[in-house]
Amino acid sequence: MKIPLTYNLRNLTVRKTTTVMTALGIALTVAVLLSVAALVQGLRTSLQASAHPLHVLVTRKGSTAELNSITTPEQFQTVKAKPGIAKNAQGEPRVSQELITVVVLESPENPAGINITVRGLTAVGMAMREDARLVEGRMFRTGQREIVVGRGIAERYPMARMGRKIEFGRGYWEVVGVVDAGRSAASSEMFVDLNQLAADQGRQSALSSILVRAADQVSMQALMNELSSDRGLNLDAQAEKAYYEAQTSSAAPIQIVGTFVAVIMAIGSSFAAMNTMYAAVARRAAEIGTLRVLGFSRLGILTSFFIESLLLSLLGGLLGCLLVLPLNNMQTAIGSFVTFSEISFQFEITPQIMMVGLLFSLIMGATGGLFPAGSAARKQILVALRQG
Amino acid sequence: MSEWVIETRNLTKEFRRAQFKIPALKNADLHVQKGEFVALMGPSGSGKSTLLHLIAAMDRPTGGEVFVMGQDVGKLSEGAVARWRNAHIGFVFQSFNLIPVLTALENVELPLKLTKLGKSKRIEHAKKALDVVGLSDRLHHAPRQLSGGQEQRVAIARAIVTDPDVILADEPTGNLDSGSAQDVLTLLGRLNKEFGKTIVMVTHDPHAARTASRIRYLDKGELLPEGQVPEDWALTIPAKE
Repeated sequence: MKIPLTYNLRNLTVRKTTTVMTALGIALTVAVLLSVAALVQGLRTSLQASAHPLHVLVTRKGSTAELNSITTPEQFQTVKAKPGIAKNAQGEPRVSQELITVVVLESPENPAGINITVRGLTAVGMAMREDARLVEGRMFRTGQREIVVGRGIAERYPMARMGRKIEFGRGYWEVVGVVDAGRSAASSEMFVDLNQLAADQGRQSALSSILVRAADQVSMQALMNELSSDRGLNLDAQAEKAYYEAQTSSAAPIQIVGTFVAVIMAIGSSFAAMNTMYAAVARRAAEIGTLRVLGFSRLGILTSFFIESLLLSLLGGLLGCLLVLPLNNMQTAIGSFVTFSEISFQFEITPQIMMVGLLFSLIMGATGGLFPAGSAARKQILVALRQG
Repeated sequence: MSEWVIETRNLTKEFRRAQFKIPALKNADLHVQKGEFVALMGPSGSGKSTLLHLIAAMDRPTGGEVFVMGQDVGKLSEGAVARWRNAHIGFVFQSFNLIPVLTALENVELPLKLTKLGKSKRIEHAKKALDVVGLSDRLHHAPRQLSGGQEQRVAIARAIVTDPDVILADEPTGNLDSGSAQDVLTLLGRLNKEFGKTIVMVTHDPHAARTASRIRYLDKGELLPEGQVPEDWALTIPAKE
């Protein structure tokens, strides 16, 4: 870099207003992109956190989700007897048959209500979710219409707070506890006693899915093969991790629309950067001529103005990162196409996402700066000197 | 290698305006020896600045040749001519042309950025150049904080910092009051006499021209023979003894 960077930096500070306005345009574009990326990242983290590496999810053959899966108590007994399943301290296999349904909960943001997953399960099933810690109240009792809600639900839905009663099935269910499951999907669910829910729904012999904890990674693959290939069972077995990963597709529409908006804005921002840089080249024509007379090459001039455009856009990128920082860890929710219910999660702004934002801003600076820098480099010395 | 520091042979420059060719300089033969201080004078449009620009390789001739230190500058490539100019030519503009966002010291250091000198050496040379022009106490002043005369002295420091073979000055006193103009002329005279710098200066000002050791006149694009003054040139300017 022959022409000192100070030259570019000071020129950016000299024309403060233009610099700030252009940088703000770029910042807003970066902020839109980063918001979408943070949302997708938050959802991905939440879904990744939801899966235990040794969990196998068993559903009816052909069903794409727990909600539309049907398993019978007989199938459950057969699954329990399969080899390679982890056992708890009492020597019982760690297998949980569960019933999934959805209820509509209203919130101030959604007065019409949103589908929330209700999971009926036994104490074994609750114990398999080690990351779900009871932070308020107590666990539901068997044979009672009692609910333990995920923290995300308790925070977002006033009607699902401690002591409140929710009506569904054949009566009112009292919220008796809140579990904190960190960023996992369990924070977006409500847990009830399996038998009580099955009785209320009339589904004692038509439950939803079976969750199995494999003894180890080697047994896990064998167990999945065994369960999927047992013709008598007619069930599909997949790693819980794979099941949740498939749900990240729920963010696809937001990701597509957000990226599209960001790209359109980026084109506008590139033109703004281009306009700013063309004005800078015109205003500094005499300086360009002088630099050439002093011995700086055309390439040196081009590089200098190009770098100035990159610096301008980098400033925009940094501002954009600052703009979205307040979003970090902000609670939000999205409807899942797989569970037909809400998954709540937090926006997550990672260093990698910020780097993507900065890179995006640099691309805007590069596309906006290349032509003005080229025009600066092409100027004839005497013409440039006269223009000043 | 030519004995002349500057030698032009049949140097011609024509500008095109639509279908017309406008001659700006016709077959100019100028010879400048090492250590000479030559003033180029003439009415507006006589071609004196064109001649200076061609010597500095800021423009390409339409015909003829320019040799500086024996180098045919017309034959240099675009990149080579920039390096050559940095190494051999110091240029002083009428309107100073300092970079407004850089300090006096940074402006003077600028041409050295193209050399292999390290930062400390560059600063040392730039300070020395500013000392020569009497501005050691203005190192960190921005151009807008300097008077016109001081700005031109910084520009001269920038022109001499690379220790060029030739200093070319285009109306260096044109934008200055008489006091500042005299300071600049005295400085150029010193550079010529004390430091042996070869200087070619374009000027309108007969008083400024007197600083030079030799004056050459141009008229209507022609470099007049030694000692000849344009016919309608109102003033005859004797060269300084």
